[in-house]
Amino acid sequence: MAYFKINQELIDPEKAALLKDICPFSAISSENGRLEISAACKMCKLCIKKGPQGVIELVEDEEITLNKDEWRGIAVFTEHNKGEIHNVTLELIGKARELALVTGHPVYALMLGSDIKEAAAKLLHYGADKVFVYDYPELADFKIDLYTNAFSDFINKVKPSSIMVGATNLGRTLAPRVAARQRTGLTADCTRLEMKENSDLVQIRPAFGGNIMAQIVTPKHRPQFCTVRYKVFSTPAPLEHFNGELVLLELLPEQLQSVYEILSIEEKPREVDISEAEIIVAAGRGLKSKDDVALIEELAKLLGGVSACTRPLVENGWFDPKRQIGLSGRTVKPKLIITVGISGSVQFVAGMRNSDCIIAINEAENAPIFDVAHYGICGDLNEIIPQLLEMIRGEQEHGL
Amino acid sequence: MDIIVCIKQVPGTTNVEVDPLTGVLIRDGVESKLNPYDLFALELAMQLNAADGGQTSVISMGPPQAGAVVREAIFMGAVGGKVVSDRRFAGADVLATSYTLSQGLRKMADFDLLICGKQTTDGDTGQVGAEIAEFLGLPHIGNVLAVEEIKNREIVVKVNLDSSIVRQKLPLPCLICTDGDINTPRLPSYRRKKEFNEASLVFISLEDFDDKDESHYGLSGSPTQVERIFPPEKNQEKQMFHGSGTELAANVYALLHEQKFVD
Ligand SMILES: Cc1cc2nc3c(=O)[nH]c(=O)nc-3n(C[C@H](O)[C@H](O)[C@H](O)COP(=O)(O)OP(=O)(O)OC[C@H]3O[C@@H](n4cnc5c(N)ncnc54)[C@H](O)[C@@H]3O)c2cc1C
Ligand SMILES: Cc1cc2nc3c(=O)[nH]c(=O)nc-3n(C[C@H](O)[C@H](O)[C@H](O)COP(=O)(O)OP(=O)(O)OC[C@H]3O[C@@H](n4cnc5c(N)ncnc54)[C@H](O)[C@@H]3O)c2cc1C
Ligand code: SF4
Repeated sequence: MAYFKINQELIDPEKAALLKDICPFSAISSENGRLEISAACKMCKLCIKKGPQGVIELVEDEEITLNKDEWRGIAVFTEHNKGEIHNVTLELIGKARELALVTGHPVYALMLGSDIKEAAAKLLHYGADKVFVYDYPELADFKIDLYTNAFSDFINKVKPSSIMVGATNLGRTLAPRVAARQRTGLTADCTRLEMKENSDLVQIRPAFGGNIMAQIVTPKHRPQFCTVRYKVFSTPAPLEHFNGELVLLELLPEQLQSVYEILSIEEKPREVDISEAEIIVAAGRGLKSKDDVALIEELAKLLGGVSACTRPLVENGWFDPKRQIGLSGRTVKPKLIITVGISGSVQFVAGMRNSDCIIAINEAENAPIFDVAHYGICGDLNEIIPQLLEMIRGEQEHGL
Repeated sequence: MDIIVCIKQVPGTTNVEVDPLTGVLIRDGVESKLNPYDLFALELAMQLNAADGGQTSVISMGPPQAGAVVREAIFMGAVGGKVVSDRRFAGADVLATSYTLSQGLRKMADFDLLICGKQTTDGDTGQVGAEIAEFLGLPHIGNVLAVEEIKNREIVVKVNLDSSIVRQKLPLPCLICTDGDINTPRLPSYRRKKEFNEASLVFISLEDFDDKDESHYGLSGSPTQVERIFPPEKNQEKQMFHGSGTELAANVYALLHEQKFVD
């Protein structure tokens, strides 16, 4: 096991104060000259790295031996609605293929459901080397106990090294249950993944509302488990030639006994989903009146896209909450996003930073949105937008 | 119906920044608060008590200061609470946190229902509830919008799945995680504050658990390790445009034309 060793004899009030300052989680306290680390500690190790040398040490006195070679493959959990595969699954298979280049591991997909073999075969087109299928009528609807049983059964039989699950509501409910059953780690909402040659998965995720990024590893456990939000990675193109195979796996009757009873399923109405949009014009508090919203909507329409907004414009009732981009709204990854009068708060940026092309219009030279934009347009939106609309409509010369 | 709600103390603000040179977190204000998502879980528990009787207690794992959030929950209407606190819990990830809480929950009086919040504002994983349920061998369900009925030791809940709203029934005892803002949490009551009895707040540590093996807790019991934390990166290849409104409009038009967004 590993633990902190505090060398109390090296501590003076000044060092104690410094350490207390360094710890971002207020986990360090001192009483009567003795330093204590409390349960608030998040093991960021800053006290060791940035604190006075030698005062706090990390002692690891027992190595858990893990044979990493026994665990092979990068597996993706397939999210689907009656065989209709959610795009996040394809995005993850694309990423898995990229990661597999480093280790030469195979790419797997796992699919649970009823009457899904045909749908499962589609995953082969995206480069899965094997698609493992549990096809039972009992798995038709998402029942957490049965899905956990099947998922665990797959891990025990196939022993994949890494597993990725889409961070949908279903994925977020299922993945931790399976991770706990396997007594392994689970990193939530990764935005970047890298593979080491020894098959360790480097998982990078935002925390504290997107204000900081954390790099997380699971070096002594397999499988390494993570969830990834929809639209973080790109959809791969289907392959012309592929030679993966479908593998049917079986469960015991007792693994198919559920305590959950589904009473009704009501499909949510399909509305404009900004997270699906390829072109977005997003408005922020730089808009001075509700009339300006019409300009944004017209621009979006002329470009064949949809309008979206920051949170304040939902709060003041100018936009529907479903149009909000950001941490407490939707994540988008369009080909083009034009932000108009948006400052670029971390919470907003967390929802759109992966967009292919970002054009930001803001009158303040130092607006943080310009740090993420590919093209920064520093000027007054009230002058730019009306003229831009005229140019697109062909009513004004555009100097080309 | 006796209910236990899991609550966490989080930093008072998420406005933290990382100094790019030293990697040290810069926080404005160090005060802590009750995780806002747990307020909805607490409110749901109180409403269920009001409808069906029974009482609510809370549990929180954290440093001794976490007593403050347990007190707050008691002022809102909980009858009492436990703080699970021990130096040896330091560095716990989700797995170790959930295991620790499951051990603590085994030391509490029998309950019919456990309620967790959707996520926290610091660690922000939304995973602790499901893992506690697994460790306790209980059924669980996430994204609960409403509890519709409790009858014959069974609970009917309305769940927010991605493309549908699902109503399902599961047996008690079980664990549910509330969805986002599903209700309006009540404020702490002044009267309950005045009547507060220190005995309703209890601290427990590793010594009180059934499993006293230190290697199952804190850093040793945590498969994930935070290797480093750093500020979100900035885009280096940006191009800036300045000028009159007409010039800038023409610049945007040119960009859109170049990339074939307009003909
Ligand atoms: C927990 C939490 C979650 C949150 N989640 C979200 C979220 O999901 N999404 C979200 O958007 N926000 C979210 N917020 C709010 C967020 O912190 C910001 O307050 C918000 O994003 C700011 O919106 P804005 O850019 O429209 O407004 P402001 O920050 O007020 O920016 C307006 C900008 O317009 C510019 N401007 C003004 N006039 C003009 C003009 N005439 N021409 C050009 N530019 C002009 C200004 O220079 C300024 O930069 C969250 C906050 C918290 C605490
Ligand atoms: C920057 C950063 C990133 C991290 N990323 C990960 C990661 O990806 N994976 C990982 O395993 N660990 C991670 N950790 C560690 C993780 O934050 C802590 O282990 C924490 O205990 C996990 O809880 P959470 O805050 O994510 O809670 P959540 O899972 O978001 O909380 C859900 C609900 O569980 C209950 N709950 C949570 N914590 C407690 C508690 N202490 N006491 C009582 N009830 C509680 C509450 O009802 C809460 O609403 C990270 C830590 C940091 C600092
Ligand atoms: S490791 Fe990080 S959280 Fe833990 S005591 Fe040191 S500085 Fe604080």
